[in-house]
Amino acid sequence: MKLQISTGLALYSLLEFAANPGRQISAADIAAEYGVSTHHLAKVLRELVRAGLIESTRGVGGGYRFGGNAKRLTLMDVIELFEDIGDRAGRNRQPGASTDVGRALGAVLTEIDEIAKATFRSITISTMLKIIERQRRHAAQKKPPRPRRLRRS
Amino acid sequence: MTRQPRATGNPRVRPVEAPDLDQVIAIDADITGKKKPDYWYELFHRYGAGRTRQRLFLVAEAGGEIQGFIIGEVRDWEFGSPPCGWVFGISVRPGARLAGIGTRLLEAICAGFRRAGVDKVRTLIARDNRLVLSFFRSQAMMAAPVIPLEMDLP
Repeated sequence: MKLQISTGLALYSLLEFAANPGRQISAADIAAEYGVSTHHLAKVLRELVRAGLIESTRGVGGGYRFGGNAKRLTLMDVIELFEDIGDRAGRNRQPGASTDVGRALGAVLTEIDEIAKATFRSITISTMLKIIERQRRHAAQKKPPRPRRLRRS
Repeated sequence: MTRQPRATGNPRVRPVEAPDLDQVIAIDADITGKKKPDYWYELFHRYGAGRTRQRLFLVAEAGGEIQGFIIGEVRDWEFGSPPCGWVFGISVRPGARLAGIGTRLLEAICAGFRRAGVDKVRTLIARDNRLVLSFFRSQAMMAAPVIPLEMDLP
């Protein structure tokens, strides 16, 4: 499963905003954090503003902030703004799709799509923030302890 | 409109007892649309009242009413999988949701699984059951390395 670049940018941005509720974050800050083009990110953010998921403020100290309900907004809600991940119609246009082999392969690919969609629908922004926090804690626990300085006698 | 949680006080989670069964059956019937008394009495017989450390049937009680229940057991070496806890039923009265009762029930059954000596818990949910799937996800559950399969019997 691979998401389009715009979808990924939308998810990165929303998670940044949701992790810092109330704080205005500029597009430039997010672009720098994830190493992406500010121009492309600005287009994605405009779409998120249109969907009511973020709010923008102009002027000095302006930027964007989270405007959705993190406990209700799912990854699927965001993904669907940018792409159709279960593009069965597109798959049916592929050469051989109407053959026995094509139909059998289509059934297996549809099964995979359905699992992916159910997963995206079950994970909210709030749950994602918990996963991120757990991974941070896990990574911190794995870090080797700092070597102790030897005392000079 | 955001649904407000009903005031349920501080629920007490404890093993199910025979007098609780009518309320458990009613909660299940309210949610599933089907009353199944025989099924619940059979489950009570096998899992109820702390019969073994490996089988748990717990209820959350608040305000003199049963607000929800959870059922699970420790399963050993299924297809070579080391023993782990399985949750195969959880329900909370619709009017008592968003008050942390499901979380309390899950924490209690996980504590029971730990006492029984396992350190992993699994469950199996229909992929269109968004409510329960989202609940377990919010409790830090991730996809297990197993794939459920089925077929129609001829």
